[in-house]
Amino acid sequence: MNVSTYSYQLQPKKVRSEFFRLLPISLFVVAFGAAFGLAAVQKGLEPLQAILMSTTVFAGASQFAAVDMWGSEVSLIPLIAVVFAINSRHLLMGASLYPMLRDMSPGRRYGVLLFLTDANWAVSAQDYQNGKRNLEVILGGGLAIWIAWIIGTWLGVYFGGLLQDPQSLGLDMVLGCFLLAMALGGKKSPRTLVAWTVAAMSSLAAWKWLPPNTHVVVGALAGGAIGFFWLEKKPGAEDKAGAEEGAST
Amino acid sequence: MTVETTTTGILALIAVMTLVTLVTRFGGVFLMSFVTINPRIESFINTMASSVLIAIIVPMAFSGDAGSLAALVVTAVIMLAIKKPLPAIAAGIAAAGLVRYAGITAL
Repeated sequence: MNVSTYSYQLQPKKVRSEFFRLLPISLFVVAFGAAFGLAAVQKGLEPLQAILMSTTVFAGASQFAAVDMWGSEVSLIPLIAVVFAINSRHLLMGASLYPMLRDMSPGRRYGVLLFLTDANWAVSAQDYQNGKRNLEVILGGGLAIWIAWIIGTWLGVYFGGLLQDPQSLGLDMVLGCFLLAMALGGKKSPRTLVAWTVAAMSSLAAWKWLPPNTHVVVGALAGGAIGFFWLEKKPGAEDKAGAEEGAST
Repeated sequence: MTVETTTTGILALIAVMTLVTLVTRFGGVFLMSFVTINPRIESFINTMASSVLIAIIVPMAFSGDAGSLAALVVTAVIMLAIKKPLPAIAAGIAAAGLVRYAGITAL
């Protein structure tokens, strides 16, 4: 297929500026990485093995969960199940980028996805809600976070003992606060608020009653269902959806 | 089935984790390439996207201590008031630190 049939071209300049845009949050990722490095060596991983894991897996929460299961031997199926469950949110995050990624050649598409993680995705999703197509942040911002995660792990495995209690400084809440700020910065409509309420309630229910680590996917799909059945009227285009919406209110 | 944590074993475990994570990074987009995007699907995707964030944060607020709850509440209030992420995040983190420094564990 001809390259020119793919309309989304990554702009190197923008990739660079998105790299610097996510540098501040990356500093906190270094702190998380250090906490992971420390946890990993305490569970018996060699420093280089911990750094290798951070480099190739690059998914913090699942790495913490994995080293938590570490011992003289590790059960394979539970490990796979836990890693998959925690990271299954990537499935939805990736899917949400598809309207942009489909305008890119498959090679680049999956290349960009190697760097998909919560923070850079949240920025891209927020930009998309505000009408801006931004895959550069996935690549550039992802690169910043990836490097920070590796450096942090490296610091943690060798100098982890120096790490003072990061919780007392509130550092464990950086990602949560960041994601929340991104969510609230997006476009808000009555439909979004209903979807969020449904997402919040079903994720809480799943967290309470369903198997561990399923709450993100359950909540997100429940919220998405609102969008599926409740279409927003497009300005200037009075379509069937608009009629439906009118009928239901 | 268990894997011994010898050097080879650990490398194998890391490889498995890498592969599983890669499947999650690629899988959503791969599956979407078989779906025709119509307004309904697009609406689903957009609502689902912001719901992912909510579904991560809300259980976090309920499962954490008073400090984490304070962090999220303060971030939300400032973000809604001035719409600037960095001050909102900084204030949220400071709130967590303060609440924990004050020794408050539950609200």
